[in-house]
Amino acid sequence: MYVILAWRNIWRNPRRTFVILMAVIIGVWSMIFLGALMRGMEREMLKNAISTLTGSIQIHHRDYLDDPVVNNSLDNIGRLDTALDKILGQDSLWAKRVRVNAVVSNARHSGGVTLVGIEPEKEKAVSFIGKAVTQGRYLVKEDKNKILVGRAFLKKFNTKIGNKLIFMSQGTDNEIASKAFRIVGVFRAESEAVEKRFAFVPLPQAAGMLKMGNSISEISILLPELDISGKKEALVAKKLVAALDDITIDDKTITVETWQDLLPMMKAYLEMSGFFLYIWYFVVFVAMGFGIVNTTLMAIFERMREFGLMKALGMRPVQIIIGVITESFFLLVLGISLGTGFGFLSVAAIARNGIDLSALAAGAEMWGIPRKLYPEIWAQDVVVAGLVVLVLGIFVSLYPAVKAARFTPTQAMTKN
Amino acid sequence: MSVELKMAWRNIWRNSRRTLLTIAAIAFASMLLVFMLSFQLGCYETMINTSVKISTGHLQVQAKGYLEDKKMRLVIKDPDQVASVLETIDGIDSYTFRANGFSLVSSDKRTYGVVVTGIDPEREAAVSTIKSLIRKGRYLNADDTYAVLIGEHLSRNLKVDIDDELTILGQGRDGSIAAAVLTVTGIFDSGLDEFDRNIILMGLAGFQEVFSMGKSVHEAIIMADSLRDVAMVKQEIQNHFSTAGDDTKLAVPDWMEIMPGLLQGIQMDLFSGIMMYIILIVVVAFSIFNTFLMAIFERTREFGVMMAIGTTPSRITKLVMFESICMTLVGILLGILGGSLITLYFQKYGISIAGTEDIFKEYGIPDRLYPRLSLISSTAGPLVVFLITFVSSVFPALKIRKLKPVDAMKTV
Repeated sequence: MYVILAWRNIWRNPRRTFVILMAVIIGVWSMIFLGALMRGMEREMLKNAISTLTGSIQIHHRDYLDDPVVNNSLDNIGRLDTALDKILGQDSLWAKRVRVNAVVSNARHSGGVTLVGIEPEKEKAVSFIGKAVTQGRYLVKEDKNKILVGRAFLKKFNTKIGNKLIFMSQGTDNEIASKAFRIVGVFRAESEAVEKRFAFVPLPQAAGMLKMGNSISEISILLPELDISGKKEALVAKKLVAALDDITIDDKTITVETWQDLLPMMKAYLEMSGFFLYIWYFVVFVAMGFGIVNTTLMAIFERMREFGLMKALGMRPVQIIIGVITESFFLLVLGISLGTGFGFLSVAAIARNGIDLSALAAGAEMWGIPRKLYPEIWAQDVVVAGLVVLVLGIFVSLYPAVKAARFTPTQAMTKN
Repeated sequence: MSVELKMAWRNIWRNSRRTLLTIAAIAFASMLLVFMLSFQLGCYETMINTSVKISTGHLQVQAKGYLEDKKMRLVIKDPDQVASVLETIDGIDSYTFRANGFSLVSSDKRTYGVVVTGIDPEREAAVSTIKSLIRKGRYLNADDTYAVLIGEHLSRNLKVDIDDELTILGQGRDGSIAAAVLTVTGIFDSGLDEFDRNIILMGLAGFQEVFSMGKSVHEAIIMADSLRDVAMVKQEIQNHFSTAGDDTKLAVPDWMEIMPGLLQGIQMDLFSGIMMYIILIVVVAFSIFNTFLMAIFERTREFGVMMAIGTTPSRITKLVMFESICMTLVGILLGILGGSLITLYFQKYGISIAGTEDIFKEYGIPDRLYPRLSLISSTAGPLVVFLITFVSSVFPALKIRKLKPVDAMKTV
């Protein structure tokens, strides 16, 4: 009975209903929209970070991360290969790298860089470098003494394609190894820091220079799907650990890290921003809540006669409270659904082309924020937004409902 | 006080519950805006101050072109003369000189490429926080020529500890080979990985000797009395240089030029903050718009009577507008007051957000954040709220013009 009564009641005065609905719709829409923008931003940031040589999962020598020298390398590559193929499947994306700090110099300049030896074909699919070459060409496996450097590096060292650079680093024998490379290509990255920091050569060249034999510094794995919460990556990493333990490692010298381990800052940022989003939902609700209470209250006072009459006819206060709450429930559910609907529509409209943030590019570099933003809606955010509005909405309409229940028949029916 | 204003004031208290709720909504939004904006601005100031204190200073004097290329040979030839200029300028808290050179640093086991920075130990301690960042060993003395401070991270990578020796090998200003054996006297931890890993510090005198610098230096690091004085100090230094004819050789970059990423990062964050505020204000505006609209519906009869006894519709509109302005003003004043009080409280005691230490560390922010109340942060948000609520009350007020006295009086 409450349901039918409430449903008919809210359509008795459509104008009033629309006014309240509008408040709820705007509130819910803003939550969904802001949430989508934020999630889109998160994903792009994480994608950038992962493609900047991080990958979903990495495998290293146990001591490599703390002390990134060539002595802390992975051996037994053949058995690692088999293990990875077995666990990840034949067509999974992963690449081997040699990665070492080096000093680079030409006639006039010198500076520190990270020299990265890559497998050109496989690396293409795993990290940003495959699509980042803007001048000259990308590396091929057979290249000898050829190197890719960043655009900002080229400027800093005042050099150009075809020129030579001398690299020095410590080899496995603890002696300084040096080798000359000729620039064949220039890459661009999301940030100048990356362009200055990394220089790429074919893996055998780097390993040869550093006398590493067949060993490598790291394996970077890119999973087909990116999970902002990091759970999928953790699952695969766990399988890898188990498998590697089985077949290759006698002395436990290998560690497997997910991006969450490798990018603790990113992990903390993602957790914090999710938390802030929900705080923000609450704040928006409070702003909207004042409007809901006010309009509902006014509606109640307008209907004072009606409530008085119902009481005179023998309705108990509790029944009136339930009646008013049921009305609020319908209004809220309707508002939430419409607000969510508009949220989806507006996000879909933007998502097609994305939002261009390149005007803020330099700031974006420092903060790792992408140049282009594609909003994305998370089921979790929609549910939280809906629940916040529904539960708190019903909670705040208790106040007008109690007011309505308190009208005495005489007081109410003598009004006007 | 005009009749309308008086009537408006009394009208809004006829239904005090509704008024209070509306005022509360406005006050809530204003309060939140005051606090959040103060918080954001406070964070920025903390970030800037922390970054400039660790390395760059508020502003620097350098040879023209050094900022872009960091070339060894772009030096300040006569630091004494620059010092004499700096001494005469008000608003400078402290200054020091530094010189930088890239070199290979090796321990017994490891070799890395780092930037060696020569510092004047006494002056440096007044300018930067480096002295307080020493975690092990001691800071440099004035007569430490071949002593070096290294970052905690680098010390682990090089596998060295206090009193161990490091060899540096680089290129001097004249292109000659610069080599020296240095003793580690202190290990610092700034919290900034980049800094800890890439920079080692030695005495300026020693640096000048090893790198064949003579008396010259690369940078004069200047701390102004406060962030707000930076522009003024910069201008004055530039004036001095141009009268002395040095402006062709020396440049005076400020922190915004030295760290453009920081400034743009701040702008970016401010931009996204403003987006959120706008959304909040829109939600509040709607909730106020609703209240106004309902109030007008409710009072149709009243307006009909007023019109019937000869009040012009424009006068009623004016009356209603006054009512909304009164409510809004009371709301934002309460909001500014409340927001300022909250802000002042946290300005004194600080806010720490659990689980964010790592991020803050990355950007060099201390783990406690202090909002900062200013004229802008306390008025900008409420002012926008005022404008928006004003606009949102116009539409309901205009509805009054369409009322016909007879019909209006019939509505219950």
